[in-house]
Amino acid sequence: MRKLLRYLRGYVRETILAPLFKMLEASFELIVPLVTAQIIDVGIRQQNAPFVWKMGGVMVALGAVGLACSLTAQYYAAKAAMGFSTALRRELFAHINGLSYRELDEIGTPTLITRITSDVNQAQTGVNLVLRLFLRSPFIVVGALVMSFTIDVPVALIFLVAVPLISLVIYLIMRWTVPIYRNVQKMLDGISRLTRENFVGARVVRAFGRQEEEISDFAQANGEFTQVQMAAGKISALLNPVTYVIMNLAIVAILWVGGRQVDAGRLTQGEVTALVNYMTQILLALLALANLIVAVTKATASGARLSEVFAITASLQDEAGQEILSDFTSSRVTFRDVCFSYAHSSSPALEGITFSAEKGQVIGIIGGTGSGKSTLVNLIPRFYDADSGAVEVDGHPVKDYPLQQLRRKIGVVPQRAVLFRGTIRENMRWGKEDASEEEIWRALDVAQAREFVKKKEEKLETMVTQGGKNLSGGQRQRLTIARALARKPEILILDDSASALDYATDAALRHALREYSRENGRDATVFLVSQRAASIKQADKILVLDEGRLAGVGTHRELLENCPVYKEICLSQLSEKEVTAT
Amino acid sequence: MREKKMAGQGKIIRRVLAYIRPYSLPVGAMLFFAMVTVGFTLYAPVLIGQGVDQVVGAGQVDFGKLWEILLRLAAVILVTALAQWMMNLLTNRVTYRVVEDIRNQAFVHLEQAPVSYMDQNQPGDILSRIVTDVGQFSDGLLMGFTQLFTGLATILGTIGFMISINGKIALLVVVLTPASLFVASFIASRTFHMFQAQSEKRAAMTSLAEELVGNQRVVQAFSYEEKGMERFEQVNEELRVWGIKALFFSAMANPSTRFVNGLVYTGVSILGAFMVIGGGMSVGQLISFLNYANQYTKPFNEISGVVTELENALACAKRIFDFLETAPEEPDAPDAKPLGNVDGSVELCGVSFSYVPQTPLLQDIHIQVKPGQRIAIVGPTGCGKTTVINLLMRFYDVDSGEIRVSGHPIRKLTRDSLRRNFGMVLQETWLKAGTVAENIAYGKPDATREEIEEAARQAHAHGFIKRMKDGYDSWIAEDGENISQGQKQLLCIARVMLMRPPMLILDEATSSIDTRTEVRVQQAFEKLMEGRTSFVVAHRLSTIQTADRILVMRDGNIIEQGTHEELLALGGFYSRLYQSQFAQS
Repeated sequence: MRKLLRYLRGYVRETILAPLFKMLEASFELIVPLVTAQIIDVGIRQQNAPFVWKMGGVMVALGAVGLACSLTAQYYAAKAAMGFSTALRRELFAHINGLSYRELDEIGTPTLITRITSDVNQAQTGVNLVLRLFLRSPFIVVGALVMSFTIDVPVALIFLVAVPLISLVIYLIMRWTVPIYRNVQKMLDGISRLTRENFVGARVVRAFGRQEEEISDFAQANGEFTQVQMAAGKISALLNPVTYVIMNLAIVAILWVGGRQVDAGRLTQGEVTALVNYMTQILLALLALANLIVAVTKATASGARLSEVFAITASLQDEAGQEILSDFTSSRVTFRDVCFSYAHSSSPALEGITFSAEKGQVIGIIGGTGSGKSTLVNLIPRFYDADSGAVEVDGHPVKDYPLQQLRRKIGVVPQRAVLFRGTIRENMRWGKEDASEEEIWRALDVAQAREFVKKKEEKLETMVTQGGKNLSGGQRQRLTIARALARKPEILILDDSASALDYATDAALRHALREYSRENGRDATVFLVSQRAASIKQADKILVLDEGRLAGVGTHRELLENCPVYKEICLSQLSEKEVTAT
Repeated sequence: MREKKMAGQGKIIRRVLAYIRPYSLPVGAMLFFAMVTVGFTLYAPVLIGQGVDQVVGAGQVDFGKLWEILLRLAAVILVTALAQWMMNLLTNRVTYRVVEDIRNQAFVHLEQAPVSYMDQNQPGDILSRIVTDVGQFSDGLLMGFTQLFTGLATILGTIGFMISINGKIALLVVVLTPASLFVASFIASRTFHMFQAQSEKRAAMTSLAEELVGNQRVVQAFSYEEKGMERFEQVNEELRVWGIKALFFSAMANPSTRFVNGLVYTGVSILGAFMVIGGGMSVGQLISFLNYANQYTKPFNEISGVVTELENALACAKRIFDFLETAPEEPDAPDAKPLGNVDGSVELCGVSFSYVPQTPLLQDIHIQVKPGQRIAIVGPTGCGKTTVINLLMRFYDVDSGEIRVSGHPIRKLTRDSLRRNFGMVLQETWLKAGTVAENIAYGKPDATREEIEEAARQAHAHGFIKRMKDGYDSWIAEDGENISQGQKQLLCIARVMLMRPPMLILDEATSSIDTRTEVRVQQAFEKLMEGRTSFVVAHRLSTIQTADRILVMRDGNIIEQGTHEELLALGGFYSRLYQSQFAQS
């Protein structure tokens, strides 16, 4: 958390002035009981009417100055807190942009979203509260204590007993309840889980006729949750009554001891009232402090979560300075003895991968889940860096390219069809900012998306909602393919991106892609990752992956002859006749 | 408009009260203790004032009287604290119990909701209703209600006590009150507007973050970082500007009302001082008055907060009630019989069905299935394949026509017995958080370990289960996140295997299973289908080819049916679909 405070840098003045003005306001508040005491001791006792008016004026003046101070403090605090969160959010966003896939895998993007939204807000609330109240409450407590000592020492000793006692009670209750509330949160997560499970799995629950049992499971979890909540509630419910008792018994003591002092002529009636008032102020300040501590604890937890993100450094550095020229004579993509492992994984995801892909070729990649298909293609745009071996594009190691230049050459269609809020046109332009009408339609054409976009009333202006929820899975997939095509890539990577398409569309797409890659001497190389043997059968070169190793490289025919893994895959999906048909 | 809103709120409040009614006794007790708390809290300043009146000056202190007053004060303090504690306990108790009741009811409703509800809504939505809204509703409502009640009681009580001490000063306080209220409401209305602007900006920020951070991989793949940063900075800056305004204005309320309170306090001091000088009142009474002046204005400040909290609580309540009001699944017919002695024959006679009335889907479907037959359903996406499953399992009911199982119209059967006679394995595998054994025994919780292992063995799942750390007692995380897709599928098959249902409904997985597991899944499916009437939504040609009958669906109609060979010979849509696999690309 402390490290994050540097985002207050632009707001040093506000950060210092806000608490100062707050303390100023608090000191005015501390004067009020003395003024009241004066009214009683001087104004009333001596029947001095002008004095009463004067003191009234002083009170109004104190109030007005206090108000001014307080507003100034609030304004500075608001400005500093918002400036802090804005800078923090911006840095966090920039930091996330700089992370590579390896780090994103590790943290997971959903967590990052919560951190950049609610955690930043929590931290902001924390900063705001601290600036406004953290000095104020202790200041009032200490100030009131000091005041009581200046008025009368024997009575002030009562304060010395009461204040630590109240603090202790607050501390104990918080210490006792905080872990229980943490437990409450955990149980609430359990309730969420049961709800989600029964929503998502409604069909299965019903198919097995288990509704009654699910209901009773839920009722039980819910009942336990209530019990724990009540237990925590029982303790928290003590806070106000117990502190109330301590404070008021202290007042009783003040009146008794004060009475003796007054009787002995060491104290006046007005001063006794002032002491009673200070006691009340102290209790209020301590209770405010307790609330504040809860809020600050939350904010520090958020701060820690944010620091965690900042502590992660990108494992992949964009070090190349200048753009480099392609070597036109070399292969499009070359892998030489490439090895790669994911973090925290004992077995390598890829091992000893060597192959080359030429211009204009269609490369099919097949293999089971976890065999390394996606990993392999992810090394080409440098989403990950290989642990050893070389990955080359157009004759140069990928590390020698500035990331921007490298990725501009490549069109990626990810497994999950992600679209962004905006029109279809805007989505297409993700690939190429200045893509012309014609280029966009051509891309849609190849991706087999022209027809359905044409049918939409607003054509390219059709709004895509967040996550593309207003389109079917197949439509989304085709649009993501078109988006990648719009940038006219030299290398096109389809990572199992046709799974939602039916056979006929899938076939038409492959046909169009092949034409497209050869159009205008573009000579684009297409990587086609798939689980379906039928989708890659016609590829110029097929890479067969098995548990991270290349089990075979070649055409369909060649592989049927010499690659048992490939044959097994084909036979599990196609009939004998289909396997051998060309 | 406003009246309508009020009427709507009235309705909600009445429903809320219905939930509280079972707790009338504790609520009554809670109100009683609240009254005691307020009364005694207000009595304490009187006693303190009387105490101060005893300590007039040197040599003038009446210790006997002071002692008596202080004893009484101590007693009042203890009673107040005790009553307050009881009040807190009762409030907690009622609040948590009401939450528990509503949650349970909502969950029961969830189990009774038609499957169409799940299909049309997001899990996040229902989750926030059952978890977040219920919590906020009860907190806001009951705590808010207690605060409102004690607040009002304090105001009335204070006025009463003040009048009993001195009518004139009481009048002054009452006259000055509207000033405080005015300031508070003035600020509140300004703040509301700024808060709205702020939450709009916040929402914009959240959805931008969801898109750009959530899909960071795509952002990087398209080198969209800089463009994204530009958009982000713009929203971020707008949020900063409105955030400062909202934060500042909301923070103004407290000091401003405190200032107005200060004015009231000063007024009481001056007027009171003159009263005391004039002999109309004692110093102690003035002290009590000043105390009241402080306490009296506090509830006013709090009430504005409580009102927003209550409105928020009612909004939450509305969202819960909206859910509870959605129509539950139509109950079983009163003369519904359980399905027993199933021979495995299934008939669909002239079945029509659509999810949305405007777009008809299935039209006049006729299918006759003999016991033990294997039916493959094929066709392009969205042609209605899974709809057939939905209708057979009565997740949805037909619009017209009839489905008969073993000769019984399924509308005349209890849903539970119908469903229990079908074993269902869906493409989207679903497992519960729990052990492997619990999941396999999901349909038959009293199954012995031997039975479970036997089912797993037949489903080709025994091997990998044995290799797991705790074997059959290994814990499966929510939705099987810690095991592979293929393993999940095998467990789902084992789950059905244990039930030995006479009929099967299978939806083949399209992808995501590694080759070896896939072969195993295939074998398990085969084993499962032996001698059982089965409906398979098929994606693999191998499955299709061994089917007794293939139903080729397109746009909600069965356009062709027959065996693989027959259909190929027909040279229609099926043969084109089949050939498309071999299209030269």
